[in-house]
Amino acid sequence: MKESDKDIYYLRGIPVPETPPQGKDPAPWKKTETVGGRLPRVDAYERVSGTAIYPSDVRLPRMLHAAILRCPHPHAKVTKVNTTAVEGMPGVRAVISGSTADSDFEWPYSKEIKAKIFDPLCRFEGEEVAAVAAETIHQAWDAVRSIPAAYEILPFICDETKSLDATSHQIHRGGNMVKTDRYSRGDVERGLAEADVVLEETYHTACELHTPLELHGCVASWDGDRLTIWESTQGVYAIQTRVAEILGLPLSKVRVIGHYMGGGFGSKLQPGKYTIIAAVLAKKTGRPVRLFLTREETFLAVGNRPPATMRLRAGVKKNGMLTALDFSCIATGGAYPAGGTNLVDWLVKDLYLCPHVRSETRDVYINAGPARPFRAPGHPQGAWALEQMMDALARKIGMDPLDMRIKNVPSFSQGREGSLPYTTTGLRECLIEGAKAFGWDAAEKRSPAPEYKSGGRGHIRRGTGMAAGLWFAGGGNPPSTAVVKLFSDGSVNLNMGASDIGTGTKSVMSMIVSEELGVKPGMIQIEHADTGTTQYATPSGGSKTVPSDGPAVRAASVSVKQQLLAYAAADLKTVEAELTLRGDEVVSTINPQMKIKIRDVQGLKKRGVIVGVGYRGHNPAGKVVNPFAAQFCEVEVNMKTGQVKILRFLGCHDSGRVMNRLTYDNQVFGGIVMGIGLAATEERIFDRQQTGRVMNRNWHDYKIPTMLDVPEEMTSLPLDRPDDDANTIGAKGLGEPVTIPTAAAVANAVFDACGVRITETPITPLRLSVALEKGERAVAQ
Amino acid sequence: MLLFLLQLVAVIHSCRPFEKRWHKEEIMGNDEGHQRSGGKGFTRRQFLTSAGAGALGVAVSGHLGKEDEASAAVLKSGETHKIELLVNGKKYHLLVEPRWSLLYVLREELGFTATKEGCGSGECGACTVLIDNIPRYACMTLAVEAEGVGITTLEGLMNGEELGPVQQAFVEHDAFQCGYCTPGQIMGAEGLLRKKSDPTSEQIRQGMSGNLCRCGAYHHIVGAVKRAAELKRGGAA
Repeated sequence: MKESDKDIYYLRGIPVPETPPQGKDPAPWKKTETVGGRLPRVDAYERVSGTAIYPSDVRLPRMLHAAILRCPHPHAKVTKVNTTAVEGMPGVRAVISGSTADSDFEWPYSKEIKAKIFDPLCRFEGEEVAAVAAETIHQAWDAVRSIPAAYEILPFICDETKSLDATSHQIHRGGNMVKTDRYSRGDVERGLAEADVVLEETYHTACELHTPLELHGCVASWDGDRLTIWESTQGVYAIQTRVAEILGLPLSKVRVIGHYMGGGFGSKLQPGKYTIIAAVLAKKTGRPVRLFLTREETFLAVGNRPPATMRLRAGVKKNGMLTALDFSCIATGGAYPAGGTNLVDWLVKDLYLCPHVRSETRDVYINAGPARPFRAPGHPQGAWALEQMMDALARKIGMDPLDMRIKNVPSFSQGREGSLPYTTTGLRECLIEGAKAFGWDAAEKRSPAPEYKSGGRGHIRRGTGMAAGLWFAGGGNPPSTAVVKLFSDGSVNLNMGASDIGTGTKSVMSMIVSEELGVKPGMIQIEHADTGTTQYATPSGGSKTVPSDGPAVRAASVSVKQQLLAYAAADLKTVEAELTLRGDEVVSTINPQMKIKIRDVQGLKKRGVIVGVGYRGHNPAGKVVNPFAAQFCEVEVNMKTGQVKILRFLGCHDSGRVMNRLTYDNQVFGGIVMGIGLAATEERIFDRQQTGRVMNRNWHDYKIPTMLDVPEEMTSLPLDRPDDDANTIGAKGLGEPVTIPTAAAVANAVFDACGVRITETPITPLRLSVALEKGERAVAQ
Repeated sequence: MLLFLLQLVAVIHSCRPFEKRWHKEEIMGNDEGHQRSGGKGFTRRQFLTSAGAGALGVAVSGHLGKEDEASAAVLKSGETHKIELLVNGKKYHLLVEPRWSLLYVLREELGFTATKEGCGSGECGACTVLIDNIPRYACMTLAVEAEGVGITTLEGLMNGEELGPVQQAFVEHDAFQCGYCTPGQIMGAEGLLRKKSDPTSEQIRQGMSGNLCRCGAYHHIVGAVKRAAELKRGGAA
């Protein structure tokens, strides 16, 4: 792996070991029996019956419950915390704060910037001040609420565009600028001069919160000097590494288990301070401690999608060819370095053919909770700007926005040094096939891009919109190791470290084993996501779990098959090259009468099990593996109320081979739903004038889409083109690309319906009706 | 103590209209779409407004522990009441603090961990259980309020180790991703189907709109509820 690849967000801060080369890779599948079918999840029973034990369901003997006192101000010095005052309260067993013994640990936000677990200077609302472990959760909260604490309130910043003002206070020594990234290719001014049309616009995406259904938290338990943590996480090894580092423990003394988890979307790639606090309280009390946050706390302290203010200047020729893209952005990852501008400009650099591109992104501090990677970091924000701009340019030159996009499809990655080719790019096909299935032409004719006119065609207007995207990663990488164990009756155990975060990883891996060994997916036992017992895997993020771990699982299965055939060859007195696996039998390809049941193979009987180990091979040198996407939607705008009703959505995606059509479609729909949230409902709101506190810290006030907010008609149209160059299973990532174009497609459809372009998320009825009124006034003048 | 009980009665009483509203036919039968406002229908907002009474109950009793100790109404943390709950057809005799929600008692005291906590304050529906066949948020129901009614949790839909029809339909249609909202979704669907054996898509969307799914599996959930209706009516398995 290249050093630069290791800097990607889902690997940042954790060591990335190499796996040994696999040796000879198995050839690509020509046709598949199981892979590509519609397999109900192999762990569906557990999830619908309630037998799945999520980390928040773990109950241990003598377990205590913990709660955290958090700073109620966005910026304050903690001047007093009297932990002893509550130590005698009913049920209280331990109270820790910045001034108690044994709780002085550092929390590394970056290599340079570290804070204490309980830092005396709180830079965002919700920073940890003290914590209590008690016999019941109610008693823990009674005590937390009773802790006498005092703060010296400091001035706050909650607007990223004002962070760099000379009058703003400094959140960290050295100022409020985290970093500036600059990029340039060609000559933007020349490109703009060559353009027939140049447009310039400012776009803003609001801060979005992950809010997975399972709360963030863990159960921590010590056996002497050995710590076990059940954590709701996307990656057990990432948790183990970080916890061991902070507590100064050997890796073998930290076991992290995360068999099930109730959603993360990037916010559970890393531990929280709560993980350390639970471990410290457990140590102090000598009892297991359960610490799960409240919903309100998760709106403050466990990450978000950074808000971004983006300026884009773009030039296009009358023939639809882009000549220049000039992008600048100011965004914030909150009060600590947290990737505020991470990948925001990637689509501008890479999605469309464009000779002259410039980008400057500035990441600044504000007094708000630190960001965490959120499903396709940077991309939905960048798409919101670029894909609306593409729409506007196309309309300006009188071209169908679909056709203009097709004209600018690249075959190589322009954003990377060396202009590397993609292994496969389905962007063009996504656009063409998606448009065909959606009925784009007919829809376009029905609503011929009306400029806004007062009165006109009634107050309910329809419009269609589209947007495209690609995902920066999604090709997967080493390391990954998988172990497949064939039992003597032909059933199988699969051992892998990856978490199944709801994407259906376990099912896809079972299908791969089934494909190679013929064993039914239901006959495969899976052991996963446990640093004590399963193989190393990087966290499930970056849409790379299937393309990273799938090939390792296939390699392990192939190894088992080879060993089995060798044993069978001895039994049948032939050579293994002449044998093949068919159902529960090993059969000769030359003489079909020559066969043996798997359970009768002597070598297997004697050993009891056959163990195959598989490693993830390297990605093809000099090539880029990316998934591509195009989405189309139709909306209805109520011109009187500003309400937008999304009528239908279609997602056409190129993620290489479709592994499991059932879970594939589910991902596509889920990504669209989340994109609709960004487009229409989601926005963190601060009390900017008075307190700087977050005003909407629950799902009543911060709206995520309900079943009524998403269209009844949704279509998933996979390209299903195996990418044999990418890896041995031919699959690319899916989970993130599916949410990249969505919000921009909605905005374009809204424009199509009513002629008003909303450049700020979310498109609320209030925002749209104000814009409509403005438009009306403009027309009237 | 008397004062507290009076308050408690008031809380329970204030929940009643909400309960009645649930019983109205139109809660699942609104055909006017989500842009409808007013009218007799049941919307998520109304549900939340009325459900708020339960939250008040928790807040009141939680607060009492810190009041002046001399007051007759003060309950100490840890002081419990004897109650009897009927869960999945079985009686349970319990000592509960008055501030404990039904969700807390189901999960922590009885071990019915299928019922999930997503918010603890009536926002998400992950803790949905059936109370006398009506879907209710267990986090907004005090355990002491839940005496004398029939409570059904996800575990109660099972026949031994066999999945019930709604669960089976959720498996077939892949109507979930991470699975954390799923027990609540299934109970919501079960309640809907007990009320209306053959709901339209719009009725499903209305009836299930109080259950959030952050993974966004809604499209598959609609399909699963339709399939579950079929299975429940004895349709082809």
